Order: sequence, then C-alpha cells, then structure tokens
Amino acid sequence: MTTPNSYMNGPDERGHFGIFGGRYVAETLMPLILEVEKAYNAAKADPSFQKDYDYYAKHYVGRPSPLYFAERLTRELGGAKIYFKRDELNHTGSHKANNVLGQILLARRMGKKRIIAETGAGQHGVATATFCALFNLPCVVYMGATDIARQAPNVFRMKLLGAEVISVESGTGTLKDAMNDALRDWVTNVEETFYIIGTAAGPHPYPVMVRDFQSIIGREAKEQMYEAEGRLPDQLVACIGGGSNAIGLFHPFLDDKDVAITGVEAAGFGVKTDKHAASLTGGKPGVLHGNRTFLLQDDDGQIQDAHSISAGLDYPGIGPEHSWLHDIGRVNYASASDSEALEAFQMLSKVEGIIPALEPAHALAHVTKIAPEMDKDKIILMNLCGRGDKDIFTVAEALGVEI
Amino acid sequence: MSQTRLEKRFADLKEEGRGGLVTFVTAGDPDFETSLEIVKGLPEAGADVIELGMPFSDPMADGPAIQASSLRALRNGMTLSKTLDLVRAFRQDNQDTPIILMGYYNPIYIYGVDKFLVDAKEAGVDGFIIVDLPPEHDEEFCIPTLEQGLHFIRLTTPTTVGDRLPKVLNNTSGFVYYVSILGITGTAAASDSAIHDAVARLKAETDLPVAVGFGIRTPEQAANVATVADAAVVGSAIIDTLKENLDDDNQAKPGLSQAVLEYVRTLADGVRGSRT
Repeated sequence: MTTPNSYMNGPDERGHFGIFGGRYVAETLMPLILEVEKAYNAAKADPSFQKDYDYYAKHYVGRPSPLYFAERLTRELGGAKIYFKRDELNHTGSHKANNVLGQILLARRMGKKRIIAETGAGQHGVATATFCALFNLPCVVYMGATDIARQAPNVFRMKLLGAEVISVESGTGTLKDAMNDALRDWVTNVEETFYIIGTAAGPHPYPVMVRDFQSIIGREAKEQMYEAEGRLPDQLVACIGGGSNAIGLFHPFLDDKDVAITGVEAAGFGVKTDKHAASLTGGKPGVLHGNRTFLLQDDDGQIQDAHSISAGLDYPGIGPEHSWLHDIGRVNYASASDSEALEAFQMLSKVEGIIPALEPAHALAHVTKIAPEMDKDKIILMNLCGRGDKDIFTVAEALGVEI
Repeated sequence: MSQTRLEKRFADLKEEGRGGLVTFVTAGDPDFETSLEIVKGLPEAGADVIELGMPFSDPMADGPAIQASSLRALRNGMTLSKTLDLVRAFRQDNQDTPIILMGYYNPIYIYGVDKFLVDAKEAGVDGFIIVDLPPEHDEEFCIPTLEQGLHFIRLTTPTTVGDRLPKVLNNTSGFVYYVSILGITGTAAASDSAIHDAVARLKAETDLPVAVGFGIRTPEQAANVATVADAAVVGSAIIDTLKENLDDDNQAKPGLSQAVLEYVRTLADGVRGSRT
C-alpha cells in the first residue's frame, strides 16, 4: 500500500476511505442521502452557515472548551505531561453537541420538519433532544431497551426536553438495534424527516459530515496546545465506539507525522472473550448500516452483539475512516476493559475532581498505562469527551454499592 | 440466446394472460426441514416465482414479521450455505420454478462473491435481490452476477423518480420489483390507483416485467395488483400465517406447512381469477 501525501483528503466523491465507507442502503433512502450530501456541500460553501454554527457553538454550547493541564494526575503517574481537552464541559455534557448543532442547522436549511436519532448511552439523544427544543422541532429518539434500563437519567432528560423516546426491543436492545429502527423510521417518513446520526459512521456523507463538525475539537486543541506549550503534543488518545469524538480530535493532526495517535476500543470482559466491543481488534471488514467497515461478526456474516460497560461504546462496528486509518497504520488502536475503565473512572474523580463518563474512562485507562513509560518532557493530549453523571448508577452497581 | 428459467416463466404468464404470484419465505424458518417442505410445496400451491430470504441478523428494510422470521432461522442454525443446500434439495424435483434469493450483502461478502455466485448457480438459484446494494455499488455484486448469467433484480420505490429511475433500471434483469410504499415490509398497502400509475411509469421506461410488493396481504389485494402488474409479491402475510402455527418455543406445530401452503393457494386463486 502506498502512503498518501495527506491523510486528510478522504473520502473520495463516492464516500470511500480506501475500501471502507460507501453507501450500502436500500433504494428508498438513496435519493435522500444524495439530497443530504448536496445540501451539506452547499452549506459548507455558505459563510452564513458557518456563522450560525459559530454563534451557537460559542453562546449555547460554550465553545471553545478548555484545554486543561492535569497536574496532579501527571504527578501521580510520574511520566508524560497529561492534558485534557474538556469537551465534557459542553452544554449537554459531551462532544455530541458539536455534531448535532451542525446537522440540525442543515436540517433547518433543508426545510425538514421532524428529527429522528438513535442513541446508545443517551448522550447523542440528549444532545439531539436539546437542539430540537431550542429550534422547536419534534424529536423521536430510538434507544435499545437494555440501554434504557442502564441509562435512566438520560432517558428522563430526553423526555424533559420534549423528545419521544422509543424503546427498541429487537436484537440485544442496544445501539445497533436502535440504529436499525431509526433507519426503518427514515424509509417510512422520508419526505419530512431528517436523521441525525450520532457517530462518524453510516452511509456517505454522514461519516465525513460528522467528522467535519467534530473536528472543531482538534482544531481548537491544536491552537490551545501551541498557546500552552508552544508545540504539538507527542501523543493523542481518545476512546472509540463509532469513533466521532476520536476522529474529531485526530483529524486536524493526521498530517503532523510526529504526533502519535491512539484510539482506545472497549475490551469489555477482554478481547479474547465473546463479550467486547473492539471491532478493529476482534472484527473483520463487512457491510452494515450503510458502510463497509470493521465489524464484529461470525463466519456466516451475521453481526454479533457487542458488550461494554459503557453504553456509548457498545456497538459492533466503527466509523469507516477509523478502519482506513487502522489499515494504513496511521493510527494505532488499543483497548481497555470494563474493569480498567472502572478503575480509571474512580481515579480521575479522586485525583482531579472530575467525574468522567465511562467512555473517556477507557481512554484514560490507556493513558495510565503509557504515561509512566514516557519521559517527563513528553505531552499526552486526551479527549475527555463526556462527563460521568449519567454513569453513577452503572458504576455503583459494578462496585456493589447501593445508592 | 436461450431464455433463462425466470424469463421463460414471465413469458409463459404473458401467454396465459394472467399476472403471477411471487411468494416470499425465509430459508430455514422455523427450521430447515419444515422450510424445505414449504418451499417444495409452493409451486403446486400456485407460486409462480419463489423468493427465498437469506436470513440476516440486521434486516434494516424489513418489518417485525420478517425480522423475527430471520432470527428464528438463525437461532435454529441456518447459514448462507444451508440456504444453498435448501435450493439444491428443491431443485431435485423441480426444474421449472425460478428461485430468487433475497437479502442483505454482508453474508455474501463474507462468503466471498465469486465463490458464492458459482455455488448459487450450481445449486439452482436464478437471481438475487440484495436490498443494500444500490446502483452506486454495481461493481461489487451486480455485475459479477450478470456475468454469471444470473439475474440481478432491483427494487424501485416511490422515491425513485427523475433521472434516478434509468440509473436503477440499468443492469436490472429478470424483472423489476416495485416497492409500492415508503417504508418497511409488512406495513400499509398502497392504493390501487397509486400502484396503477407507478406501474405505468415503469412500463414507459422498461420492457422488463414489473412485480409489485410490500403491503399485499389478502387474495383480493393480490388479485388487484396482478391485473395491473406482471406479478404480485406477498411476504409478511405468509410469514404471519407461519407464525400462527408455531408453539411457545417457536418450533413448528404439526400441520404448519399445510397451513402456509393453504394460504398461498388462496392467494394464487385470487391472482389466477383476476384477469378472466
């Protein structure tokens, strides 16, 4: 395989990153997806669209999010300097707002009257419900029954915000099943509905669109890093389910060849078991939800159930750009288990006074492994992409505590 | 060039002056033996073309009936290669009724496209409907299928308008499957007049036979569709009949296949009576 001149040029006009990506959808959806693509390209070229985005990003979401030097944690681990990009401080408590804001502005531009979304942990659902309230659009969120049970606070939040939450009983009742049902809704209500996909996956143009909206994370971080240290970090770390917070941080750094990049998948009970969500480590390429990407699947091509203590990482696939970056070796993909994430979750709460979401706790678990091995003049930048309030019940249960 | 089994079937229907009945069942639902019994009985019950679902864990375009049917088959050990076994077993006694495999791309991709096409042809498959392969991905499977001399049947929908229609019809062979509603299988039915207009629109663009499906549940509906289209496709309603004959553990009760075939017979009677 030849090394490209730039890692930032993808996808091609058909939505491919190498062999990954594409638009594997039913014919009913094709005209819509082409329409979304056309509208997105027009919006990108329109300064007023960017102006609207910047306005709400600043005044409503609270961007730019801080870049924070975690001094105590750095001392505790005794190696590289650790910085956090604090996207957990966004309105709604995670990076999801960056993407939903962009897509809902696009939906308004297209004159769509109804918004649907899928959600795993509920973070994307909450972000979508929030912006639907702001822009007065009816909102339907599909959420797996299993996830509804373990993310009760977010379910209630969505309802407070005026969204209808539909429980998805099929399959394992997690994110993939929620996405199936959202797609079913979309083929049924094509004319007036806009589907806000929460991660950098799905049919083209979703992976590129979500990446573009999330790249605000990496662009800000780059600037803030120069301000703080006068140079780029040596190592980026972010957790990966579908991979939207990770691609958002990574993308602006892809051509900075001295910056090492690591995505951390959820290893659940361990990648050698059948209970994990590490599609790159334990899966192989296949076609699902409109794109070719690495998937957890059996020898017959049936999709397998993912497992992670973190509902947001509990997905048997991954965004196609990550599959490509893995394939060409630009990004290194590691994994952290449920118990490692739990430990990191507690550690950060005590050492820095920050309760992280279980998703970035996976990234943090990896940081705790590598930081002590690195010199003190090295810099790690980790995306702290969500706050942990929503997870306290799950964590309490895992620790055997009754609250 | 000699006619394929599918072309001959539609030519015969034309000669008889009637619309055809295309029946959908999922391969291996609820188990391999019962499913084979049903498929073997379909031609005699009046099915003109057999559409056989290849079970998939995540059938995004299908409604609850067909989803559940796919999962029942998978739970009882169905695989893509066993689906081909089922076709092979059917072909031992039947050389006339075309079999179209319908499903999603991933199991085929994992099986290996070239190997799959060779094995499917050898087993006696006549063509494919692959829901998640639009014309944008023709090089993956559609073109290799046509090169093997098998049919690739495309779905057209109410959203297939303007310059999209010729694009969808290009490389379509055997027949065109018109999805009469926006949505998933097994839900609402389209009105007769909407179907009539859509078929006319398609006929203006192609010489291929047009089959209409999604939402057809009764012999009357099937009969109405068969008067304006070349064939009516019935799926979810057949699966519902099958489901009524399962026990609490989703295993076949005695008489399941007879009940399913009896229902197919009523559909076939409707279709056959429609143009007399």
